[in-house]
Amino acid sequence: MPPLCAIAWLPLDTWIVVVGALGAMACALLGTFLVLRKMSMMGDAISHAVLPGLAIAFLVTGSRDSLVMLAGAGVVGVLTAVFTQWIHAAGKVDQGASMGVVFTILFAVGLILIRQTADHVDLDPECVLYGAIEFVPLDTTAFLGWQVPRAAITVGVVLVLNLLFVTLLYKELKLTSLDPALATTVGINAHLVHYLLMTLVAVTTVAVFESVGSILVIAMFIVPPAAAHLLTDRLSVMLLLSAGLAALSAALGHVAAITLPAWLGLGDISTNTAGMMAVMAGVFFVVAALAGPRHGIVSRAVHRIALSLRIVREDILGLLYRLDELGAPRISRRAFAQAELVGGPFMTRIALWSLRRAGQIVREDATYHLTPRGRSAAQELVRSHRLWESFLEQELRLPPDHVHCTAERLEHVTGARLQERLAESLGDPGHDPHGEPIPDRPSR
Amino acid sequence: MTDVSHVDAALRHAVATGDEHPADAPLSVHDLTVAYHRKPVLWDVDFDAPEGRLIGIIGPNGAGKSTLLKAVLDLVPTASGRITVYGKPYREQRALVGYVPQRESVDWDFPVDALDVVAMGRYGKIGWFKPVGRMHREAALHALERVGMADYAKRQISQLSGGQQQRVFLARALAQDARVYLMDEPFAAVDAATERAIVEILQALRAAGKTVLIVHHDLQTVSEYFDHVLLLNMRVVAHGPTEQVFTPENLRKTYGGRLTLLEEAANAVARRGSAE
Repeated sequence: MPPLCAIAWLPLDTWIVVVGALGAMACALLGTFLVLRKMSMMGDAISHAVLPGLAIAFLVTGSRDSLVMLAGAGVVGVLTAVFTQWIHAAGKVDQGASMGVVFTILFAVGLILIRQTADHVDLDPECVLYGAIEFVPLDTTAFLGWQVPRAAITVGVVLVLNLLFVTLLYKELKLTSLDPALATTVGINAHLVHYLLMTLVAVTTVAVFESVGSILVIAMFIVPPAAAHLLTDRLSVMLLLSAGLAALSAALGHVAAITLPAWLGLGDISTNTAGMMAVMAGVFFVVAALAGPRHGIVSRAVHRIALSLRIVREDILGLLYRLDELGAPRISRRAFAQAELVGGPFMTRIALWSLRRAGQIVREDATYHLTPRGRSAAQELVRSHRLWESFLEQELRLPPDHVHCTAERLEHVTGARLQERLAESLGDPGHDPHGEPIPDRPSR
Repeated sequence: MTDVSHVDAALRHAVATGDEHPADAPLSVHDLTVAYHRKPVLWDVDFDAPEGRLIGIIGPNGAGKSTLLKAVLDLVPTASGRITVYGKPYREQRALVGYVPQRESVDWDFPVDALDVVAMGRYGKIGWFKPVGRMHREAALHALERVGMADYAKRQISQLSGGQQQRVFLARALAQDARVYLMDEPFAAVDAATERAIVEILQALRAAGKTVLIVHHDLQTVSEYFDHVLLLNMRVVAHGPTEQVFTPENLRKTYGGRLTLLEEAANAVARRGSAE
């Protein structure tokens, strides 16, 4: 396996990463709002639907100049959004379905136009899907005295445009994405903002797609924003994160494309850079889905385990306290196993360990008993438990043999304030329905 | 074109019946008709909202209550009709009208906190392109305080209970600082504490001379909450002070033959009778 440094990093590679990152960020910024408006597939739809726009622009002007292409794409992009809205509203069709109808028809029209009138134009399917980002650095132009790839300028301009759009219209985009009806009533035209966004999506699609291919465009419109949404609850942070993840995907994607084949011992088989960039974005999404702070699978599992651990700990304290009342203050681990605490023996073991660490119980001669600190925590719990039993029996008229299970659950979620109110409303009873004494609040 | 003839007809009608709209009513709805796919939802709705009153809009499901609010706010296309706010067309008076939509109308997973949502009530005053300044953020915070939600300002909105979300919506309307409020079922599925809090806010609004129209479902509380009622079932069945209009007879006309509802209504009216 050759070491990483054996792969030469050329200025060429830097330009590939720069163009990829600029394009990815341009898509991710707008994609954030597409994802939030639940129209993620609009990027996909528009990237297909612009084809007749490109064809007509070419037919009318006879030129393949970038600006002409962008104008044609912009017009058709807006039309796509308008038609989608029409079909959605007039035909009572859902938004996704009407998008599907519009873009397939427009795409077909585009193919026919190209086939009929511009058959000599070279359209390579592979080139359309994956783009030709590897060749981007070869087509350069002078910019401020530097030789800069033409694509870097186009894509850079689009990125600046999108940045201006999301910063200047930040609050308008926020409001119209969350609540278009309210926007209209406060005098912010939700339709106008919507169509501005769609125009920019179309322009971005064409500008970026030319250099990096449609797969990457569609991926960058959806994947980094979706990952960012899992990671944050703030819109501004979500925008920054999705742009950051997009750029990072581009950089790591290229590195992976040039190093992975060698690492995997595949010799000279080349990996596609645009494809690798999309894969990287996917990797970030999976990581976000697993480890996201609120929605992440891992963090939810950790939260659940922490909760059940707390309940087992509290149950152990309660058990020891009740045993103490019965005159048997010590208990072996085997006896705990027989008590069948929730969570099973493994959880019990962890709970015992953490209670010992917290100084609430001690182990002597293979048996456990409460420390004074543990005792006061236990007293608090048992007090809540028995107060609840009294409450359920007295106020809700539940039969005394039905109150234990409910109280067993409620004791874990009863804070000091609630406990105080409970005691007050019951007139501070001395005993629960089973005749057990309700302990006082432990003195601290 | 049809508009002109329609307005003309309305004027003649008004002159003939002597039923003129007061020129400066907080909200006047003139001969409003709304149709979805040629099926009328609202037919010839005509009423004036008196100033400084809490007005309940009552009617069965599908009576067009929400549509009435949306038509007033220019959110759905109307077949005919004219809306004026303090004597001028609604479009010129947008800033005077605040709206509380149904809670289900937005995606609560949206990455904003409660304060952000309330600040949105100020966007109309801020204007395009400008960021939300400190003055507006403070106004939003103050509105949150008024609904007892200041402690939750930085909480993402899906982390709030249903009642808290409703209060955030209400705070947003307060932040708009309007003179006329339209609320779509603010009491739907809220806890008792929130219901009390909302009632208090409504009473404060009335005390401040605001006019509030509220789509409401619970017939039991109508007499307690509202000064006026508008009984609606596609057409206006009756409109006026609650004690005059909220009668079993009118409710029967509004709800048709739905027996359980009628019983409920009869009970509600009977209870009001005994309470007075």
